[in-house]
Amino acid sequence: MTSLHTNPDFEQLRISDLHAFYGESHILHGIDMRVRRGELVTLLGRNGAGRTTTLRAIMNLVGRRTGSIMINGNETIGSAAHLIPRLGVGYCPEERGIFASLNVEENLLLPPTVRSGGMSLDEIYAMFPNLYERRFSQGTRLSGGEQQMLAMARILRTGANLLLLDEITEGLAPVIVQKLGEVLLKLKDKGLTIVLVEQNFRFAAPLADRHYLMEHGQIVEEISAAQLPAKKELLNACLGV
Amino acid sequence: MTLIFGIPLGVLLGQLLLGLINGAFYALLSLGLAIIFGLLRIINFAHGALYMLGAFAALLGLQHLGVNYWMALVLSPLVVGALGMAIERHLLRRIAGEDHLYGLLLTFGLALILEGGFVKLFGVSGASYPTPDLLKGGVNLGFMFLPGYRAWVVVAALVVCFATWFMIERTRLGSYLRAGTENPKLMQAFGINVPLLITLTYGYGVALAAFAGVLAAPIYPVSPTMGANLLIVVFAVVVIGGMGSIMGAIVTGLAMGLIEGLTKVFYPQAASTVVFLVMVIVLLFRPAGLFGKEA
Repeated sequence: MTSLHTNPDFEQLRISDLHAFYGESHILHGIDMRVRRGELVTLLGRNGAGRTTTLRAIMNLVGRRTGSIMINGNETIGSAAHLIPRLGVGYCPEERGIFASLNVEENLLLPPTVRSGGMSLDEIYAMFPNLYERRFSQGTRLSGGEQQMLAMARILRTGANLLLLDEITEGLAPVIVQKLGEVLLKLKDKGLTIVLVEQNFRFAAPLADRHYLMEHGQIVEEISAAQLPAKKELLNACLGV
Repeated sequence: MTLIFGIPLGVLLGQLLLGLINGAFYALLSLGLAIIFGLLRIINFAHGALYMLGAFAALLGLQHLGVNYWMALVLSPLVVGALGMAIERHLLRRIAGEDHLYGLLLTFGLALILEGGFVKLFGVSGASYPTPDLLKGGVNLGFMFLPGYRAWVVVAALVVCFATWFMIERTRLGSYLRAGTENPKLMQAFGINVPLLITLTYGYGVALAAFAGVLAAPIYPVSPTMGANLLIVVFAVVVIGGMGSIMGAIVTGLAMGLIEGLTKVFYPQAASTVVFLVMVIVLLFRPAGLFGKEA
């Protein structure tokens, strides 16, 4: 196992023919994607293209799903939702999910450790000094940016090595977006694998190794960082940026 | 003798003590209801029947197995709590996520079955449970006589209530419970086994009811309907305190007991309705209850 995990070509996430449903509505129509260890991959697309649903389907938070989702070499399509994070997955939802009845530090300590090698509380506070200052405040009293930092920091403590981040820059001031970009680069340097759902293409472009472009619940294009300049036209057309 | 508003001090304090004891039971029962409602979103109408079951477990244990009071205080909540977990796992889980009304109907039906079954087996008149030797007698405080067992009930209930509050508000396990109350889906996404948390929570709430039942056994008649009579007031207490509020349930429970005691002194005719009067007034001014968060 150890050699597999240090092998840079190890596929940390491999999704094949994933379909997802909410009740009667069929949202994802056969997604195929693979993310290698240490890669930062984005899911681009318009609202409603199925990017958030893809992340939620990986976490088994949708109504029903079929196909195959391999995480760190384990098939998870039949796994209960609470077993998936234990394979080393950290999920940061679009709505951030900060708990109002918990203070900042309790929010940070909430998710159980899933692997060794996570960041300590001290390291987290060093990375996000604001959170240290406000550690005894009610979680939802923080500003939007601070709440986003908290939602990110929370999953870094658990030792998860595959991070699923949903719209982390949404609605935040440019200076905070910049700070989040620095954090993502640091996490990449640490060798973490990141799947980023992002609306802000200018934020995502310089960070990512590859991009998956989604439309109508399908992946319509896979673009490597090197191909990006040549695909500008297509992206403009699909994203309306 | 000292008079306060024309009432002898001893009478006043005696009624306040009785009120405090009732309040201790209200607090224990409404605390269990609040914890269960918080995580399961179920209004547990079986709570009174489970309280009755706790008292009967103590009584039957004493009569048939030689389980003394102190052992019953531990064993009865464990046994009834385990039954509660089985109820959650096999009945309540099937209707999780459905309309509130289903949970209400299911638990109400359970209460009727349990109470009916016990009436069939033991009749309605009830039996008495002997006061444990250690707590027989009492102390004369000069202005009033303080029975040892009643003092113990108040102390034991308060200790259990505040230990529960501490566990929920100040510990790691409690933070799971609070977070699970807010957003159970996200808790799953962090790797927390929410279904197990729900089962344990229901079991703990039920164990609190059984604990109250054992405490009650030596002072109230142990009868199949003992819970049904109490539960209506306890629901009013929960509504006054604010649905799902832990501290609200404890404080309101004790306060309503005291208010009932005072009413017995000054206007006895209203003693059994005063809690509902308070409920009406509180709901008029604070619809979410005294300690509840505005939705």
